[in-house]
Amino acid sequence: MLVFLRRRIISGALPLLAVVLGVFFLARLTGDPANLYLPLSATPEMRAEFAARNGFDQPVAVQFLDYLSQIVRLDFGESLRTAQPAAQAVLQAFPATLQLAGATMAIAVTAAVVVGSLAAYRPNSLADRFAGLLSSASASVPDFWFAIMGVLVFAVTLNWLPTSGTDGMGAWVLPIATLLIRPFGVLVQVVRGSMVSALSAPYTRVARSKGADEKRVIFVHALRNAAAPALTVAGDLAVGLVNGAVVVETIFGWPGIGKLMIDSILQRDFAVLQAAVLLTAVTIFALNILIDACYALLDARVRQGVAT
Amino acid sequence: MNALRESIHRTRPTDPAAMEVDGLSVDIRTPEGVAHAVRDVSFTVRSGRTLALLGESGCGKSMTALAIAGLLDPVADVVGGRIRLNGADLLALGASERRRLAGPELAIVFQDALTALNPVFTVGAQLGEPFRIHEGLSRRAARDRAVELMERVGIPEARSRAGAYPHQFSGGMRQRLLIAMAVALRPSVLLADEPTTALDVTVQAQIMELLRDLRTERDMALVLITHDLAVAAEHADDVAVMYAGAIVETGPIGEVFAAPRHPYTRGLLSSVPGGGRPGEPLRFIPGSPPDLRAVPSGCAFRSRCHLARERCASHRPELSGDERGRTVACHYWKEATDA
Ligand code: SF4
Repeated sequence: MLVFLRRRIISGALPLLAVVLGVFFLARLTGDPANLYLPLSATPEMRAEFAARNGFDQPVAVQFLDYLSQIVRLDFGESLRTAQPAAQAVLQAFPATLQLAGATMAIAVTAAVVVGSLAAYRPNSLADRFAGLLSSASASVPDFWFAIMGVLVFAVTLNWLPTSGTDGMGAWVLPIATLLIRPFGVLVQVVRGSMVSALSAPYTRVARSKGADEKRVIFVHALRNAAAPALTVAGDLAVGLVNGAVVVETIFGWPGIGKLMIDSILQRDFAVLQAAVLLTAVTIFALNILIDACYALLDARVRQGVAT
Repeated sequence: MNALRESIHRTRPTDPAAMEVDGLSVDIRTPEGVAHAVRDVSFTVRSGRTLALLGESGCGKSMTALAIAGLLDPVADVVGGRIRLNGADLLALGASERRRLAGPELAIVFQDALTALNPVFTVGAQLGEPFRIHEGLSRRAARDRAVELMERVGIPEARSRAGAYPHQFSGGMRQRLLIAMAVALRPSVLLADEPTTALDVTVQAQIMELLRDLRTERDMALVLITHDLAVAAEHADDVAVMYAGAIVETGPIGEVFAAPRHPYTRGLLSSVPGGGRPGEPLRFIPGSPPDLRAVPSGCAFRSRCHLARERCASHRPELSGDERGRTVACHYWKEATDA
């Protein structure tokens, strides 16, 4: 197991470096911060002074090396906008995103396992067809459209839910529903598919021959086999969720890392943007390792590198 | 002396029946219509004896076993018959009552042990499961029992191997594990569906020997479902020959194989080298079994039978025979044996 994890960590570190590089250079393509932070009437001397203070006068390559040596020391620079350490800004925003994504994934996985398993238990039954319709509809609804409709109907017209913010339980409903809808649809289909094959596998019949009741057959014998493919997809969806938070957080004014990223791009706040992207990348990287570890725990054949 | 007494014991057909199957019929719903996969099948198995359910693939022998074990797919229904197991009528029981018997009274061994064992659980956990389900043992206690079982069926280093997964065992060892799991709760009846088909010949012999030892040691009735005449001849006491979903001939295996009565049994026996009478040329039965969605009236074998005549098309031959368990379903079997 430890060998397995070490292999995964080493092979994942390289993409991480690529992300750091990419963000650094792309951020600098968005424009000169001096245009935003200095008055239009700023003299060339003022501009030069601003650039020197923030290190923008150095060649980009030198800036990058400086940046690298800083982050190795866990120094992520300061926000141009607030003069607050960038790391602090990012860490303040991050929990809001994590809570949103975590709650969404927990609900999506639980609901999808139940609905997908029930659908798979009797293929082509009424329940199965209903689940199929529900899941393909929800997997194909565009989330921004759903979010806007949700705000219009429940917040503006009915006035049941707030349009934005994080106050009270009600504020969670629309953001979670928006984020939930696609992962739920996709997961139901994945769970159903792998459960159908697990439930028709000979070992399921053997489990019944030992006197296992249907609950045990479905949720122990079959689900444990169906879990691996579902987990892979759930992992990808979770990664997508951390990314997709940008849209939802912007629409609902959720003070998470997505909103922070958008704001810092608009403000040319390079240090914050870089820190936010780096943290997101590290999170996704950690998530992938976690998924692989779960995968290996679930199936001895993966752990031992046996071809299946 | 002991061996003699045992052989007398084993050939006494008046032993109490462990299981009586009476008029069992199974239909399968297919897109092209209903297939009558098992038609009015009756047989009796006795403790400590082995009955071979013999037939070609597709003759309904596996379906019969699944119906008895209550493991039919949702598209297949038992449409008639009774299965008496130690006094209870299985088909009259509810699902949870049947589950209670699955393991302690009735068990089944399938042919492909790799897919029959769950790939994501250790074999120790799987072998211990019957004890957890039926006796409510703790995980640890169940595992101890699993190790005992593994030792009994000849898995070397059972204690450490209990933590291994199915793919880490050879085919023969997996089959042993499957058998161990089936006999865990000392069932009175064990159904073995082609238990050695996937194995090579030497391993095959070891597995059959293990099954026979367990049967004798635990006084089980063993139903050996097979298409293999040699396996049946060597390991069964009695035989029931199936054709197109129905039993065409039954009896003590030595007698049936020495002097088959039904034209199908005769054809089957003479289609294997050494199976026919000495000097008789090897021959195959021409034609193929009927479509089970449209079984012809009368005798299902008649399109392939050289003795067939009018009565065979209009009247279905019933199984009938002597009190010694020798029965045959053919109007003209006497002529066949005279010929
Ligand atoms: S009943 Fe007629 S057709 Fe059937 S096996 Fe006997 S002789 Fe042949």
